[in-house]
Amino acid sequence: MAGSVSRAGTAGTTSATGSGSLELARQGGTFMQRFTRGVSHWLLPIYTILAVGYLALPVAVMIAFSFNDAGRSNLNWVGFSLDAWLNPLGRPGLQSAVFNSLLIAVLATIISTILGVLIGLALVRHIFRGRAVTNLLIFLPMSTPEIVMGTSLLTLYLQVPGVLFPLGVHTILIAHIMFNISYVVVTMKARLQGFPRHLEEAAMDLGANEWTTFWRVTFPLILPGIVAAALLAFSLSIDDYVVTSFTAGQTPTFPLFIYGSQQRGIPVQVNVIGTIIFLTAVGFVLLTTILSRRQRADPVEASVDE
Amino acid sequence: MIGWFRRRPTVTAYLLLAPGLLYLAVFYVLPTVQMFLVSLWTGNVQDGYQLTFNFGIYGQAWNQYSDQFIRSLLYGGAATILTFLIGFPLAFFIAFRGGRYKNLLLFLVVAPFFTSFLLRTLSWKIIFADNGFVVGPLKDLGLVPDSFRLLATPIAVIAGITYNFLPFMTLPLYVALEKIPPSLLEAAGDLYANSWSRFRKVTLPLALPGVIAGSLLTFIPAVGDYVNAELLGNPQSQMIGNVIQSRFLAVGDYPTGSALSFILMAAILTGVLIYARIVGTEELLGGAST
Repeated sequence: MAGSVSRAGTAGTTSATGSGSLELARQGGTFMQRFTRGVSHWLLPIYTILAVGYLALPVAVMIAFSFNDAGRSNLNWVGFSLDAWLNPLGRPGLQSAVFNSLLIAVLATIISTILGVLIGLALVRHIFRGRAVTNLLIFLPMSTPEIVMGTSLLTLYLQVPGVLFPLGVHTILIAHIMFNISYVVVTMKARLQGFPRHLEEAAMDLGANEWTTFWRVTFPLILPGIVAAALLAFSLSIDDYVVTSFTAGQTPTFPLFIYGSQQRGIPVQVNVIGTIIFLTAVGFVLLTTILSRRQRADPVEASVDE
Repeated sequence: MIGWFRRRPTVTAYLLLAPGLLYLAVFYVLPTVQMFLVSLWTGNVQDGYQLTFNFGIYGQAWNQYSDQFIRSLLYGGAATILTFLIGFPLAFFIAFRGGRYKNLLLFLVVAPFFTSFLLRTLSWKIIFADNGFVVGPLKDLGLVPDSFRLLATPIAVIAGITYNFLPFMTLPLYVALEKIPPSLLEAAGDLYANSWSRFRKVTLPLALPGVIAGSLLTFIPAVGDYVNAELLGNPQSQMIGNVIQSRFLAVGDYPTGSALSFILMAAILTGVLIYARIVGTEELLGGAST
């Protein structure tokens, strides 16, 4: 004990200013040990704050520049203005682009969530032959670069004139459902691991049939997973540029509108809509977090969790 | 009726799988086959194309665009290494020191995803601009010459890719680090490992699945990306994605575009399948579940 105090004294003269680092020094050790402890004690938290700030910087810039008084090109700060916020769709073509994006995202989310949840249920709850092939088929779209999916779908569409060509909302929708399915399955799988089968068995023992058991026991238990998967699918779909650019033809979506106006100068309205999408998504996440916390407070749920 | 299915759980499994897997077969596998066939076409966009099994196109495409291919691999590789260097300390802090801020920090890591990919990249265009708030002050202070640029340079492209895919690296790293049982770290300490050798011999090896998953999730989209090169780069920093995009959408040269696309996919899938052999298909989906 005495040794560690004296060591604290020598270390204290070089570095200790606050009580935190004094405590740090008191633990003693070789220089290397003190160094690594110092790194983890001070440098790591500071680094984390910087890294999070780095991640947030472009988002902050996007929000700030939605208040820019820029005329045509929103690349330099001109002055504060609320004009774009008061008229968020006031650009030719922007309204239909946003409408298409929302329509495609909603439909793609619903369809891909249904298809993906069914696969997720099969993978987690059933033993069947062909499991490896199924896993691979789910994994492949996620490990294919977007540009490859876009080009390959386009080559298929070109072969089915009249139905899939000319391109339009339907061909974008087909593409978005395709790349969403894998993400829904993966999210569901993660949430369904450790699924409490005994609760279903208990319901059956109490006389419920399969249908009632599914809707009264299974479905409420997997609902948080479904919501998480659907949110992910929606955000992937509404933000997609690469695959959409190959499958859209002349149909505008919000990302295509941004890219298209990039040459002539981005209108401030784009930042406004980007900010609205950002805030809506953050709101949704907060809402689902609060709801799942409340659910967890339920004693039955809590026992299920572990 | 339902009882019949209950006695045959395998049938139920296949019925659950059928719609989704059929969809993927028609709109993922079939297009890939079709793209391969299109790459063997000859002709032009005015007179039409014919399937002539022109395998020579692969050699031609590679000779003509090997620069862009190699550049894509270099940029993608550099961005992957950078995301690891930036993401690992971040994931480490959240996993071991996050405490009650853990969920908040994870949320902040994911939050950029709620902003459009294009708008985030355009924000970097504003930040890197010649008289923007990074380069401008550096010039005013005389730290860099007046001709210095960040925008329209390979540095900006790599920085853009690194930023855009950082969460893809950070989250799998976090998942892997989070799984490490504290008892193992304590055991290392009990066996007189100092914190550095404990980190090197226990933490890092156990984080390896996260490192591999994060590298794949970053490298794959980074190599195929062309948005960063288009918005932040210059004609000399074009990647293979830029070439494929212009072959398809500007020139209408479907065979060359398809061949390039197919080479890109084959190169990436070879790597992924080797990885799948090593870790198993079950881990593949688990590892990506972030």
